[in-house]
Amino acid sequence: MKKLVVLLTLFVASLNLSAQNKNYISVMEKNVAVLDSTRDVSQLQSLANTFERIASAEKNEWLPNYYAAYCYVNMTYKTKGDMVDTYCDKAELFIKKADSINQNNSEIYSLKAQIASARISVNPMTRGQKYGAIAGELREKAKSLDATNPRPYFLDGMAYFHTPAMFGGGKDKAKPAYEKALKLYETFKPASSIAPNWGKHTTEYYLKKCTE
Amino acid sequence: MKKTILSFILILLCIQGIIAQTKISGKVSDQHKQSVPGVNVYIKNSYDGASTGADGTFSFTVNDTGEVTLVTSFIGFEQQEKKIRLIGKDIVFNPIIKEELNELKVVTISAGTIEASDEKKMTVLKPLDIVTTAGAQADIVGALKTLPGSQQIGESEGLFVRGGTGAETKTIIDGMVVNNPYFTGSPDIASRGRFSPFLFKGTVFSTGGYSAQYGQAMSSVIALETQDLPDRTSSTLAFSSVGIGGGHNKLWKEKNMSVGFDLNYSNLLPYFKTVAQTPEYTRAPVFTGGSFNFRKKTSSTGILKFYGYFNTSDLGIKTLSIDSTNGFKNLFELNNTDIYTNLTYKERLGEKWLFNIGASYSTNVDKIKTYFDTIRSQSDLTQARLVLSRSIKKLSIFRIGAEYQYAYDGFKIDGKRAYYNFHRNLNSYDNYTASFAEADIYLTSKLVWRAGVRSDYSMLMKKMVISPRTSIAYKLGTFSQVSLAYGQFYQKPDRDFLFYPQLPSYNKSTHYIANIQRVDDYHTLRVEVYYKKYDNLTSIISKDTLANVSGYGYAKGLDVFWRDKKTIKNVDYWLSYTYLDTKRKYLNYPVEVMPSFAATHTATLVFKKFTEKLNLSTGFTYSYASGRPYYNPNNPEFMSDKTIEFNSLGVNAAYLKQIGNCFSVLAVSVTNVFGFDQVYGYRYSYDNMQRQAITPPAKRFFFIGLFLSFGENRSKEVINNNN
Repeated sequence: MKKLVVLLTLFVASLNLSAQNKNYISVMEKNVAVLDSTRDVSQLQSLANTFERIASAEKNEWLPNYYAAYCYVNMTYKTKGDMVDTYCDKAELFIKKADSINQNNSEIYSLKAQIASARISVNPMTRGQKYGAIAGELREKAKSLDATNPRPYFLDGMAYFHTPAMFGGGKDKAKPAYEKALKLYETFKPASSIAPNWGKHTTEYYLKKCTE
Repeated sequence: MKKTILSFILILLCIQGIIAQTKISGKVSDQHKQSVPGVNVYIKNSYDGASTGADGTFSFTVNDTGEVTLVTSFIGFEQQEKKIRLIGKDIVFNPIIKEELNELKVVTISAGTIEASDEKKMTVLKPLDIVTTAGAQADIVGALKTLPGSQQIGESEGLFVRGGTGAETKTIIDGMVVNNPYFTGSPDIASRGRFSPFLFKGTVFSTGGYSAQYGQAMSSVIALETQDLPDRTSSTLAFSSVGIGGGHNKLWKEKNMSVGFDLNYSNLLPYFKTVAQTPEYTRAPVFTGGSFNFRKKTSSTGILKFYGYFNTSDLGIKTLSIDSTNGFKNLFELNNTDIYTNLTYKERLGEKWLFNIGASYSTNVDKIKTYFDTIRSQSDLTQARLVLSRSIKKLSIFRIGAEYQYAYDGFKIDGKRAYYNFHRNLNSYDNYTASFAEADIYLTSKLVWRAGVRSDYSMLMKKMVISPRTSIAYKLGTFSQVSLAYGQFYQKPDRDFLFYPQLPSYNKSTHYIANIQRVDDYHTLRVEVYYKKYDNLTSIISKDTLANVSGYGYAKGLDVFWRDKKTIKNVDYWLSYTYLDTKRKYLNYPVEVMPSFAATHTATLVFKKFTEKLNLSTGFTYSYASGRPYYNPNNPEFMSDKTIEFNSLGVNAAYLKQIGNCFSVLAVSVTNVFGFDQVYGYRYSYDNMQRQAITPPAKRFFFIGLFLSFGENRSKEVINNNN
């Protein structure tokens, strides 16, 4: 009898544990699913908050931190001036946590590159050279960590697209980068249902703009 | 048995079910009782929580019991944590969150200070602005002349600020005084600053009321801060209508050390052959020079920097003598050698302390030849400086420092006159020490009070002077603030007086400044009023033999600055206006009058436009100054004549292009495009019958240059440490 009670308790506990894990996956799936359709700052903020909460509970998972950073970097595109830096600082905080949990991850380096690029918009004339170089290096590192990851190539395209031709950018240079990214998107298999798998639609959109 | 198990499971499930429901709700507001949307309120280490809505309210249910930590977190605010007990009863929680203090939200002392920096955000200018201002010719002082407070002086180098002379403005590099910041010029022609604006990451132009860190400047301080390690290894090449230059900067792979040098050679002969000059050049100006720098990060917080500069220049000029009837020309030949070195080391000492130590040696030798005289003039300066600063709490800071300078000045003349020859060999040595203490005390994040005191002791003067300084600033809103400043400023008499048998004492000025400014991302508006009192200005009793400090004077005025980067697309413009009312009795002035270097009204409009499609940056600078007083010996009222108004329109254009890893800029500029007559004053003959206008050497100055920068393309390089 005693044995049975112990066994039962263990069973219930394990049920709880696997439920917990299932819960993590399902909560993440639910929130990652709405990422692509979320463009509004207040929605992104609330989504970032959700990922921050999940990160606080799931200390060993890098993805909640990664997505929190992803939300903040996307918020920078909706704002101007000093707020860009404020969001970037916050994004950097989360991506550093993600990096400490999962080192040498191509996705994390891609996002780091994206944060560096976002900082350029505050003052392209004075920041272009410095942060452009940092972002470029981070993208190269991301490529070297996973050659099948389309996101560093997609970000290459974005960087070229938004750099004036006189500083070595332009549509002509962006196009092959987008094409390469698109090719990789066709074959890219995310590691799980909640692993990063964004950017394909945007690539298609910009590739169209390059050929216009 | 089965029943027991079933009921056991049931009980277990029920217990979980019953305890689960605790509702936590409330409203989050900030210090100003405004509700804050988007705040994350949650139980630490759990999924349970919610974001506040547009009205700042939130609500969620918790599936736990016992003691938990409730976290309130939002970007730009300090995170709060609160322990609460969950006992199944609903909880109402109304936290008030505090704004996180950052540079943008904290007041800074702004009276009298205009800063150009990439690192700090609330600055009026960026270092790049100095290079891209039309008419400034990539000269730091040229660019600073477009800011309020400074005068449009073209006949003498230096920055004349708020009724002060050029000698009342001191240039400081990394805390160390620069004795000869300008090229030695020929008489009545202003010369450029020696240092390239690209060397510096920050420039502070102070028009008064400055910190106790700075001494020996009665009117203004230009404090320059050199670059740290460069972003990458790069080389530069420059070809222009006046010369050639090149340099290389190497950054070590570990990004902890860099070494760089550059060499320049300028020769104005081809230019003067093309564009006629008013004075007759017997030897066209030739400049040969270079610089060397070394920077090393000694730890994550420490940096060691060395900068060395060397330049020689040579020129010869003939001007028609005003006293001669047979066309006799005066000769002026100059050979200058200048060396400046600067070594600094900065490091943290524990958590709170920061120390800054520096040493500098410089020497400047001018060899001047006229038909009658051979002159050799030398200035050497050796200095050391130590500053310790300690941060107190988050914002306040306390600084204490000491300076030592050893100065040598020599003047040697061999003169030939009609009936006699004469020789003079004068030398002056000074041991100068100064110390200061200063605190920036943040009473709140919106109110800062700076109090400082400085003591100067010069062995030449055998007298110690104590100068108190204080300022206060209060933040009115997100973008605007008001600031007040007061200070006393002492300065040694000008170099000429060092050779008087009896040296006059310190000159003194007292500043009172009130400033209001509003700075957002795209606009800057600054309005400043001031009153400056001069005591103890040097007065000449008998030339070359006797002078004292019985002179006096005042300056008061209004400075307005407006910059707008937004209203017109791709256009950035700024407008400066300076109103100046100043009089002084000094040198050989018999009465207190408005000096020759002061104009009542000065205005500048700087306009920059970037045309992305054409890769073209264009700009113009228009400067205006009302007439300046000059001495007319035929007018019984001293200095009551005024020159014509000063007008100048400078334009520039730069075409930018990247070819591979070479970034090229083709720049063209012209000063005084419309050829306005510019008269800085007049010189009279001995008999007062003749006069000569003091004008620029040519109506316009044309410049064309190609600048190439080769950056090592490191986008392929993979870095391993980037945190």
